[in-house]
Amino acid sequence: MKRVPLLFLNVVIIATCGLIYELLAATVSSYVLGDSVTQFSLVIGIYLSAMGVGSWLSGFLETNLASKFIEIELAVALIGGFSAPLLFLTFANVSYFAVILYSMVFAIGALVGLEIPLLMRILKDELDFKDLVSRVLALDYVGALLASLMFPIFLVPKLGLNRTSLLFGMLNAIVGIWGTWLLEPLIKKNLTLLRVKGFVLLVLLGIAFIKADSLTTMAEDALFPDQIVYAKSSPYQRIVVTRGKLGHSLFLNGNLQFNSFDEYRYHEALVHPAFAAYQGEPKRVLVLGGGDGLAVREILKYPSVESVTLVDLDPMMTGLSEALPALMELNKGSMKDPRVSVINADAFVWLDNNDIEPFDIAIVDFPDPNNFALGKLYTTRFYGLLRAKLRPEAAVVIQCTSPLYARNSYWSIIKTLEAAGFYVKPFQTTVPSFGVWGYALVKQQPFETPQNAREGIELNYINQNSFASLFDFPSDMTLPSDDIEINRLDNQALVRYYETEWRRFE
Amino acid sequence: MRLTRRELLTTFLGAPFAFAACRESRPDRFPDGELAGQNVDLGHILREHRTFEVSADKWRQVKVVIVGSGVAGLTAAWKLSKQGIEDIVVLELEKDVGGTSKSGEGRPVGYPWGAHYLPVPFRENTELIELLDEMRLTEGRSAEGDVIIKEQFLCRQPEERVFYKGRWYEGLYLHAGESEEDIRQFSEFQKHTDHWVNWRDGKGRRAFVVPSALCSDDAEVVALDKISFGEWLRQKGLTSERLLWYCDYACRDDYGLKLDQTSAWAGLFYFCSRVRKSGGESQPFITFPEGNGRFVAHLAESVKDKTLRSQAVVSIVPTESGVDIVCFDGAETLGFHCEKAIYASPIFTAPYVIRGFNEAAPFDARSFHSNSWFVANLQLKDRPKPRFSRDFPLAWDNVLYDSHSLGYVNATHQKGIDHGPAIWTYYYPMCHEPDGRTKLFNYEWRELADVCLTDLARAHPDIHELCDRIDIMRWGHAMISPTPGFIHGETRAKALKPYRNIHFAHTDLSGFALFEEAFYHGLRAAKEVKE
Repeated sequence: MKRVPLLFLNVVIIATCGLIYELLAATVSSYVLGDSVTQFSLVIGIYLSAMGVGSWLSGFLETNLASKFIEIELAVALIGGFSAPLLFLTFANVSYFAVILYSMVFAIGALVGLEIPLLMRILKDELDFKDLVSRVLALDYVGALLASLMFPIFLVPKLGLNRTSLLFGMLNAIVGIWGTWLLEPLIKKNLTLLRVKGFVLLVLLGIAFIKADSLTTMAEDALFPDQIVYAKSSPYQRIVVTRGKLGHSLFLNGNLQFNSFDEYRYHEALVHPAFAAYQGEPKRVLVLGGGDGLAVREILKYPSVESVTLVDLDPMMTGLSEALPALMELNKGSMKDPRVSVINADAFVWLDNNDIEPFDIAIVDFPDPNNFALGKLYTTRFYGLLRAKLRPEAAVVIQCTSPLYARNSYWSIIKTLEAAGFYVKPFQTTVPSFGVWGYALVKQQPFETPQNAREGIELNYINQNSFASLFDFPSDMTLPSDDIEINRLDNQALVRYYETEWRRFE
Repeated sequence: MRLTRRELLTTFLGAPFAFAACRESRPDRFPDGELAGQNVDLGHILREHRTFEVSADKWRQVKVVIVGSGVAGLTAAWKLSKQGIEDIVVLELEKDVGGTSKSGEGRPVGYPWGAHYLPVPFRENTELIELLDEMRLTEGRSAEGDVIIKEQFLCRQPEERVFYKGRWYEGLYLHAGESEEDIRQFSEFQKHTDHWVNWRDGKGRRAFVVPSALCSDDAEVVALDKISFGEWLRQKGLTSERLLWYCDYACRDDYGLKLDQTSAWAGLFYFCSRVRKSGGESQPFITFPEGNGRFVAHLAESVKDKTLRSQAVVSIVPTESGVDIVCFDGAETLGFHCEKAIYASPIFTAPYVIRGFNEAAPFDARSFHSNSWFVANLQLKDRPKPRFSRDFPLAWDNVLYDSHSLGYVNATHQKGIDHGPAIWTYYYPMCHEPDGRTKLFNYEWRELADVCLTDLARAHPDIHELCDRIDIMRWGHAMISPTPGFIHGETRAKALKPYRNIHFAHTDLSGFALFEEAFYHGLRAAKEVKE
C-alpha cells in the first residue's frame, strides 16, 4: 500500500514537532526563569517521563485507533502550537508560572507518547513486526535529530520562539488533516467533523503566526474586558483606552487611570480643595502629571487663573485628547485652552533645573508609585524642589494612592510631605472605579481645614456636606503606626510599601 | 602582535564566553569613540635619562611645590591655602587635574573616569566633614553628632543590582537561588565582620576605621595582613560560591585585585571600616553624576591660578635649604627653588625623579606595586528595554555576576533622570592576567570597546544599537595593590617619613586607594610643611 511510506513521513514530522516543543518549553523557561541547566534538565525529564506515561496509556485504547490518532495529533497541534505564546503571556500575568509550564510540558509529552504506539498499531497489519519497529523507531530518532539541528541554527534566530511554536503547531495540524485522508478507510465515523476541527485549528494557528507581533495586543484584549479604542506604546508607557457600557477608561501600563463614568469625583476632589485653601485669587497654577487634561478642566473653572503649566513626561499622553475626540469632549478641550502650556519633561528633572516664577496652586497627579522612577516623585527631595517653586501662601493637592488598600503607602506619603516642611491635611473620597482614594492638601504655613469649595463654581460631586466629609478618616484608614518611614531618594521606602500592599490584590 | 577577536575576548572575558560570543554574528553597528589620553609619552620621558637645562630667567622662588594634582595633592594645596600659605605651585603631568578621580563633561550629565563615590564619614573624621560642609553637601548634625548629608547627594535607590543567568536581581550579594548552606555561610561571614566592627584594642581603637592611620596596630589585627583574604575565608571554612564571588567582587572593586591577591586585612577593612556598630548598616554613599570629580573641582578651585598642567616633573633635587624642582611641558623647561616639596604622585615614581634617592634609599619604592584598569564611558541614546516585566530595574551600580569586569555605573541615575539618553561608566580591572599592564597597552580603542560591548551585550543584547559613543581610558597605574604583607610592612611605614625636605602625600602610603586616605595624606603633608 502507498500510505505506508507516507505514514512513515508522519512519524518523522511527529518526532520533530515533539522535540521542538520540548526545546521551546526549556528555552522559554530558562529565558524567563533563568538557570538554564535546571530548566533544561527539568523539562527534558518531565517530557520524557510524560512520553512514557503516554505510551502506557496507549494500551488502554482499544478501538477506533485511527480517529483517536488524529484527535491526539490535533491536540498536540493545539497545545504545542500555542505553547510558547501562552507561556510568555502566563509569565507576564500569573505568579504560578512554573505550574503551568510543567503541566504543559507533561501534557505535550503524554500526547506525543501516545502517538507513536498508536501509529505502530495502525501500521501493524501492513508490515512485519520486525520491519515496523526498526523503521518507526529509526525515523523517530531521525526526526529528533532534525529538530535539534534546526532549532538553534534556523528556527530560533530566524523565526523566534513564538513563530517557531506556531509553525510546528501548523505542521502537526497538517499531519492530522492529511491523516484523515491517509487513514480514511480506518476512520469509522465523524470523518468530516475531524477534518473541520483540523482546518479550524490550522487557520487559527496560521492567523496567530501572521499576527505574532500583535500577540501583545491579544494579551491586552484578554486583560481588558471592554473594547479597546486606542492602544499605543510610547517610550515611557503603554497607553490603552477602552470603551464600555459605563464610558471610556484610560489604562497606563495596565493600571486604570480614570473611568469617564466617575472621574469627576476623583478630579473634583483633586483640584477644588486646593482652591478652597488658597487665600486670595490664584493666578498661576502648576499641574504635575495629569496629561489627560481632566484636572486642567477643573482648574479652568476659576476665572482668576491666568496660566496653567502642565508638566507631563509623555508627549503621547498630553497629545491623547487630539487623537481621541472622546477625551477631548471629556476634558472640554482643556489642553487646547490658550492659558495652558504643556511641557513634556520628567517633573523631577524639570523642577531641579528650571528657574521659573513661583506658583499659587500646584496639583500633583502622578501615577501610583509602583516603580523607582515614579517613587522619586514622592520623596522629601522632590517635595523640597516643589516648595522652591511655590509662593509662600500657595496651596497644593497631591494624589496619594488609596489609604484603604495601601494604608502604609498613603501615610508614608503624608509623613514625607511633613518631613519636607509642609503642613498637611490628609483627605479621602470614594471613586467607584478605584475604591477609596487618598489625597493630601498642603501649605507651607499652618492652616485651617477649608469648609467648602469656592462659591460660584459648577460642581457635580462636591457640595458643603461632601466637602466636610473629605477630611474624615474612618478607623481602618488612619495612621497605622508611628514607625511608617519617610520616603527618601536613598531609601525609596514608599515603592516597597506600595509593592507589598498592592500585591495582596493581584 | 595582532590577536584574533577570540584571543582578545578570551583574555578579557574568559574562554567559554569568548567562544560563545565569536559564534554570534558581529553586530552591524559599532559606536564612535576614542582613547581618552593619559599623558603616557610625557610620563615616560623620565625613563629616557635626558638632561634638562633651565635658563636663569626660568627659575622661580616659591615656598611649596606640590608634585601631582590628584586628591592628595589638591587636598594639600587646599589645606595650605586655608593655613595661609599661598605661595605655592601645583605641577600636574596631565592636561586635567584630579588623577584617578577626574571626570568628563557630557550631556545630560558629567561622568567619572575613575573613583565615583565617598561613604559618609564617621563623625570623628572632622576634617573631611569640614570639606563636605564647605561644599554645602550637609544640612547639620543629628542628635548623636553624625553629619547629615542632603538627600540629593546620597546615592539614590535602587543602588545595586546583579545580573545572573539571564536576569537582574536586587542588591550585590546574590540571594536568588541560595541554598541553606549558602545562607548559613553568609550569616557566618557577617558574624565575623560584626566581630571586627565591635572589636577594640587596649587603647580603645577600632580594628578598621577610616582613615586607616587610626586603625589598631594590635598583633591580632596586624596578623590579618600576612595572609590573603581568600586564605582567611578558607581558614574560616567559608566556601559558598556566591559568598566567595561577593568577596572577590569587593576586592576587585575597591582594590583592583582578586580574592587571593588581596590581603585579608584589606578585605576585612572593606567590610568593617564603614559600619559604625555591630549589626548596623554600612555608611551610605555620597555620589554625583561625575563621581568624585565634584570633590576634585572644589579642591582645585582654591589653587586654580597656582596649578600648571601638562608639566612632567623631571628632576627633584634636595638641597641644604630646600628643594630644586625642574619640569618640562614638551617644549619649555621651568625651574622652582622651594623650601618644601610635597610629592603627591605615585610613590613608585620617586626614584626616577628625586635625584640621589637610590644612593641612600629611605625606602624601597619598587615595592609599591600598582594595578591597571580600563574605564569606558558609554553614551547611550536610550536605555535598554527590560527583558522581563519583573526584572529588577536599572540601578546606580549594575554588576554582571559572570564577568571579569565590575559592570557599570549609571551616571544619569543620581540626577534623577530615568528616561532617554544615559551615560554609563564601565570598569574593568586587569587582575586576571599576570601581566595586565602590558596586555592593556597592547590594545587600542577598538579592541577594548569590543570587549566592553561584548561583555555588556550578555545582559543588554541591544547595546550596540543604543550606544552612540564609547570613550576609553587606560589607567596604567590606577591603584596601589594591597597584597598580603604590604599594608603592615616596613616599606610603607618608612615612606610616611619625609625625605629631607620632601614630604610624601599619596593614597599609596595607606597601601590601598581611597579618597579618604588620599585626603588624609594630603592634610598630613600640609600640616608637616606648615610646621
